[in-house]
Amino acid sequence: MDEKFIKQISLFAENKPGRLASIASSFKEASVNIRAFTIAEAGDFGIIRMVVDKPEKAHRILHDAGFTVSETDVLGIQMEDVPGQLATIAEVLGKKGVNIDYAYAFVTKTEKAFLIIRVNDLKTAVETLYEEGIPLLDMSDVQSI
Amino acid sequence: MTKWLLCDNMIEYWNPQIERMPLDELEQIQEERLRHLVDYVYTHSPFYKKRFDEAGVKPEDIKTLEDLQKLPFTYKQDLRDNYPKGMFCVPDTQLVRYHVSSGTTGKPTVVGYTKSDIHEWAKSLGRALTSIGVGRGDVLQVSYGYGLFTGGLGLHYGAEEVGSTVLPISVGNTDKQLELMQDLGTTTLACTPSYFLYMAEEAKDKGIDFQEDTGLKTGIFGAEPWTEEMRKRMEDATGIKAYDVFGTSELSGPLFTECTCQDGIHIWGDQFIVEIIDPETGETLPEGERGELVITTLTKEALPLIRYRIGDYTILNKQPCECGRTHPRIMRVTGRVDDMLIIRGINVFPGQVESVLMKIPEVGEHFMIHVDRINEMDTMKIQIEMNDEAFSDKVNDIISLEKKVASALKSVLNLSVGVELVEHGTIPRSIGKSKKVVDNRKL
Repeated sequence: MDEKFIKQISLFAENKPGRLASIASSFKEASVNIRAFTIAEAGDFGIIRMVVDKPEKAHRILHDAGFTVSETDVLGIQMEDVPGQLATIAEVLGKKGVNIDYAYAFVTKTEKAFLIIRVNDLKTAVETLYEEGIPLLDMSDVQSI
Repeated sequence: MTKWLLCDNMIEYWNPQIERMPLDELEQIQEERLRHLVDYVYTHSPFYKKRFDEAGVKPEDIKTLEDLQKLPFTYKQDLRDNYPKGMFCVPDTQLVRYHVSSGTTGKPTVVGYTKSDIHEWAKSLGRALTSIGVGRGDVLQVSYGYGLFTGGLGLHYGAEEVGSTVLPISVGNTDKQLELMQDLGTTTLACTPSYFLYMAEEAKDKGIDFQEDTGLKTGIFGAEPWTEEMRKRMEDATGIKAYDVFGTSELSGPLFTECTCQDGIHIWGDQFIVEIIDPETGETLPEGERGELVITTLTKEALPLIRYRIGDYTILNKQPCECGRTHPRIMRVTGRVDDMLIIRGINVFPGQVESVLMKIPEVGEHFMIHVDRINEMDTMKIQIEMNDEAFSDKVNDIISLEKKVASALKSVLNLSVGVELVEHGTIPRSIGKSKKVVDNRKL
């Protein structure tokens, strides 16, 4: 089942100018590609979450640069880019008692929408989505987007 | 000197006759030496003669240990006022060394040593090192600064006294420190607790595991206050035994450590008399009460000190230690009189903050206290770093960590404190004495 998880890189960053630029430029040097990206900000600090094509490399770069960084298993869900998709997903997970801790989405060139979610119960979420016929991304999909 | 190995409890002593001497016999020695000392300073030092005369005390008034209280205190300011050598009791030809303390506030202070002073110093540390199991066959990496600062040379002479092999690397150049530690088989490391934390961080980054990759067993940490909670952290993280070392340059330098019982620092009674006083009134406090440490030197020749106000807060314990040593102990120094912050009328010591923080596993070892005055109101904010392992990528977890730290501090300090989580590496690392407070109040 593991292969249906996506490795998300999360890092703690103080809310001050230049932090994002330094991360982005170190990724550029190491040719790490960011596929999806979001910042959850809370006053003085923020948590940057991202899905990249080379998570191990990204993790190492950030760690060596002195960031507090962690890897989290999240789910990547492929959706049709039409209204109602998000509601369906939230509904089927809710019925099984799976809570979505947070979610963010991105749209690709191929008119697909991808939803990244962190849930409190990965196993049930994967089973539920599989039963409902909702396709999940794996790391190889992330690399080839 | 002989070293005894007592078979029943496997405790080694550098000088068992002295270290295990019954307290009343020890006090007889102290009394004799005190009488001699008072005569000596009165006749050899115009400074002390004047002091005694002003206080209306004559050397012959001092007969017993209780009479010590009749003598006036000596302060660091006296050393500054008599810079450089106004308080010395010997001619320059008797001096074999100077150490000079940094003069961050006002003039520096100069301490002179006779040959005997250097030897007494080494003897004191020799007993201390033996009490933590350091001796022949040990490699002692001295990562305190060498030079005018007493830390490096002090430990150096102490280690040679007991026959350990000294690695006099001094402070800094951490790569070299870690390399030689592995190549030369360092068993004992002496440095400031801050520098050890820094070294441990560097070692971790390089993939060096103290337990697997080095022979390090013992750490001797001092020159700045640290807490019991920090000790636990250090020991758990590195597998070494961490011991507190105590001393000040005015008394010679680092002089005393805990023994393996880790239950207070043994102050050698044949060399020094300890008192604990109320810093406000100057009155001697009963054993067991917390107050300011005052020390009288009994064997120093060049710069003897009478009732010297050390400025550290501690507790005196005269009960014999489980290790068999009878000399008085002082409990871990919890702060200095001049480190005390007064925030909205409440006394706060950086050590209290450290104790609270180190009990919270998510909090890293480095912190900084910021004090300011905003709209006539004192504010205190503490910056902390998070342990990498504790980082959750959920915002709520981080906010609740900040709240948890703030409420733990509030319950101990009785003060509302701002807590700010900062990025790893933001708080300056220190290889010498670390600075833990930034006070921006313009008073």
